[in-house]
Amino acid sequence: MTNPDLPVTEDELHAYVDGELPADRQNAVAAWLLAHPEDAARVAGWRTQADAMRARYAHVADEPLPARFRTDALLQGRPIGRRVAAIAVAATVAAFLAGGVAGWMARGANAAPTGLDLFTSEALSAHRLYVVEVRHPVEVAANEQAHMVQWLSKRLGYSQHVPNLETIGLKLIGGRLLPGPNGAAALYMYEGPTGERFTIYSTRARSPQTALRFKRGDRNAAYYWVDNQAAFVVSGPADRSRLKTVAEAVYEQVDQATRG
Amino acid sequence: MASGIAGFRHSVEATIPALRRYARALTHDADIADDLVQDTLVRALRSESLFHGGDIRAWLYTILTNLNRNRLRGLARRPALVPITDDDAADMTGPQAGQRDIGRALDSLVEEQRAALLLVVLEGLTYREVADVQGVPIGTVMSRLARARAQIKAHLDGERPTLRRVK
Repeated sequence: MTNPDLPVTEDELHAYVDGELPADRQNAVAAWLLAHPEDAARVAGWRTQADAMRARYAHVADEPLPARFRTDALLQGRPIGRRVAAIAVAATVAAFLAGGVAGWMARGANAAPTGLDLFTSEALSAHRLYVVEVRHPVEVAANEQAHMVQWLSKRLGYSQHVPNLETIGLKLIGGRLLPGPNGAAALYMYEGPTGERFTIYSTRARSPQTALRFKRGDRNAAYYWVDNQAAFVVSGPADRSRLKTVAEAVYEQVDQATRG
Repeated sequence: MASGIAGFRHSVEATIPALRRYARALTHDADIADDLVQDTLVRALRSESLFHGGDIRAWLYTILTNLNRNRLRGLARRPALVPITDDDAADMTGPQAGQRDIGRALDSLVEEQRAALLLVVLEGLTYREVADVQGVPIGTVMSRLARARAQIKAHLDGERPTLRRVK
């Protein structure tokens, strides 16, 4: 029970603005605001803030949805492979059993790959550093690909699959070993007909998988994801659609190779 | 209330526009916002067999809010090495141009206050729902709202004289 004669609190003023005030306090707050112009001004200010937020962001909900948000696209789980999806489900089930519904929601989200931004930064730094190299862009050239794959698989601790991107106009230049946030990393470089260069960065990741993400730097951009506990960052010139084509080709070939 | 998998998916899909709006206001970056929404949806769809009813919308807001908090923690550990362009600049034309200030004011809030304010004001969640999303008592939600509104006012009041001096 609330008493209509009680003085009005700040919490009640917020509740009044947000439509959360109990009906039996409406009159008391309205009368209070008439008698207290400074509180009336604060309430008016909060309403102005709210109007500005809605005016600023309401239109986002009316934008046409990008294709990547179609349920079938999401369920296809790009870039999540079947085995990796099974790991994710297992992790979710474990979290669910451990903490009840609220618990598993929180834990599921807390298992997010916070290291992602970190190795994407590393990959973009490596990309910027090495794509401008004329004489020594790579340590091992493409004509020694078999040796390179063997060497880097051993150093990184998981099988390396160097995609063939010639159908989309990119020729392998070669690769190199780099220090990464979780140990060794590999950088593979490709070149297109007009000299534009793309790199694939790969290193061991702690999180089992993520969706495909996009990150833009100054002149370069990257698509990145984690699949089967390996992180991949495909970097190139900041032409998003071209980069996406390259990233998807890389994803498909790596995914095929991992499953096969 | 969704019934069966089709109902579940339909409810998730119906929430996407609102999730994008919330994420855009929360991050102030169109690319990051849509990445957060995508991660939220992938998680939700993969976990549908574990969803035992309740408010799907509030559940999706919870996942997105948690993912964003994790993202900010990751960034805090390693200050931005990669400059991220503000794609929202594209939104800053025409009728939206006047609302640039509110975006900056929201950016000046700590994350949990920004989330609480946006969930109430922009997304129309009740205090109770926001308390569940953030995993805190209602009283905490109310004090976050009060602090957020005071900070936004201070930010907007503080910005104007600065702009005047520049002219």
